[in-house]
Amino acid sequence: MSDHIVKSYDRDLEALGRRIAEMGGVAEKMLAEAMDALSAFDIDLAHRVVSSDPRLDALQREIEENAILTIARRQPLAVDLRECIAAIRISGDIERVGDLAKNIAKRTLKIASEARVPRAIVGLKSMHEIAAMQLKDALDAYALRDTERARAVWENDTDLDALEDSVFRDLLTFMMEDPRNISFCTHLLFCSKNLERIGDHTTNISETVVYLVTGEAMPVERPKSRAPDFGVKDEAAQ
Amino acid sequence: MNAAAQIAQVKEPLTKVSMRNLDFYYGESHSLKNVTMPLYTNKVTSFIGPSGCGKSTLLRVLNRMYDLYPGQRAEGEVLLDGENILDPAIDLNALRSRVGMIFQKPTPFPMSIYENIAFGIRLYEKLPRADMDARVEAALRGAALWDEVKDKLQTSGLGLSGGQQQRLCIARSVAVQPEIILFDEPCSALDPISTAKVEELIDELSSRYTIAIVTHNMQQAVRVSDYTAFMYLGELVEFGETDDVFNKPQEKRTLDYITGRFG
Repeated sequence: MSDHIVKSYDRDLEALGRRIAEMGGVAEKMLAEAMDALSAFDIDLAHRVVSSDPRLDALQREIEENAILTIARRQPLAVDLRECIAAIRISGDIERVGDLAKNIAKRTLKIASEARVPRAIVGLKSMHEIAAMQLKDALDAYALRDTERARAVWENDTDLDALEDSVFRDLLTFMMEDPRNISFCTHLLFCSKNLERIGDHTTNISETVVYLVTGEAMPVERPKSRAPDFGVKDEAAQ
Repeated sequence: MNAAAQIAQVKEPLTKVSMRNLDFYYGESHSLKNVTMPLYTNKVTSFIGPSGCGKSTLLRVLNRMYDLYPGQRAEGEVLLDGENILDPAIDLNALRSRVGMIFQKPTPFPMSIYENIAFGIRLYEKLPRADMDARVEAALRGAALWDEVKDKLQTSGLGLSGGQQQRLCIARSVAVQPEIILFDEPCSALDPISTAKVEELIDELSSRYTIAIVTHNMQQAVRVSDYTAFMYLGELVEFGETDDVFNKPQEKRTLDYITGRFG
């Protein structure tokens, strides 16, 4: 796309994009380290993840402020307005991804001393692989304004949902085998929920990318590979 | 009428003016090129585009104002309720009473506020004093000016503020009960408060009149209009619902213009 006549306008929008990329990098690192800390019951690493979170919060506030200032200053229209709105939305989603990674780290701190069934973490690692890949693809789709990649992320979220389902069954089995596993496995259950939520935020990011580029909203309903069978309606995940 | 036809009718507004293959020449200079577009009944249509793109020229065609100048001519068709107003035989006074115009700079006559309104009405109608008083009041109320001027109707219209003068001109236009009102940059000389009052007025007037407005203020076009036409170098580049034109323009030239990019 050609440049704006007012050059500082381009600089404002580029700065928003760079900050989003920076946030994405911080969140990806937090997620990777949170999962490493969980796998190895590494307390030091878990503490480092927790202490990274304020950086993400500060970046989000900065992006929001700058996007609002840009709207007030330039009165953007069409794709420029969507750039500002997308920056606000995506920074919100990345900030939540960071929170969820931090929560995994905090749970690691709680269960590290009673590492009971390490093999229970295997399923979570698979979930993490998919979630991390999806997050990377969504952030790349934003950086490249690539709607094809964004749509692929949106469609692939069902994989993560299906895996969460199987992790749930595994953890249930461990808990039934030995009630002393219950506390440990319950924390892991929350961790798997966190990974699934990260998938949802990743899907949100990809929806925003499609909106940013085309001006069109994605369908309200995402594809679902399974009926909710936990006896609860999963409304919060939307 | 079946249901589908009814829905189609609700969605498709009535056409007040239909321009077809309209060309305009200032002597040798070709300033409107094959413009075909409608003005919908009781809707606001804004015209945007860089200076010299032909949007003011187009407005001047709609009430044949160019007739006042030699060497200017329009070709094609402009149908107002089906009647071609470019027809040389048309009654220009009657046409101009149907199509009012508001200019960039307020143009009150150098006479009292009351006379500014009554003057125009007298050109077309002979009214008893009481009826004239009522018409003047209705026009001033219609232009949201009555409360500000009701105690000084006999003072000069030139003594009003710029924003009030502009609303006086709108009242003068409304007084002769036109069907279409053309606004050529009506707010470019006004402060933001007066601008807001004029925009509020345009919003109110749009329930009774078909309105066309030329503006350089993109946000104003977004705020006041239902339809937007983007013109460039005498051509109509894009015409559509305002929300679509400003959110998802179909043409790259439109996008570049509304977002302030190099064309």
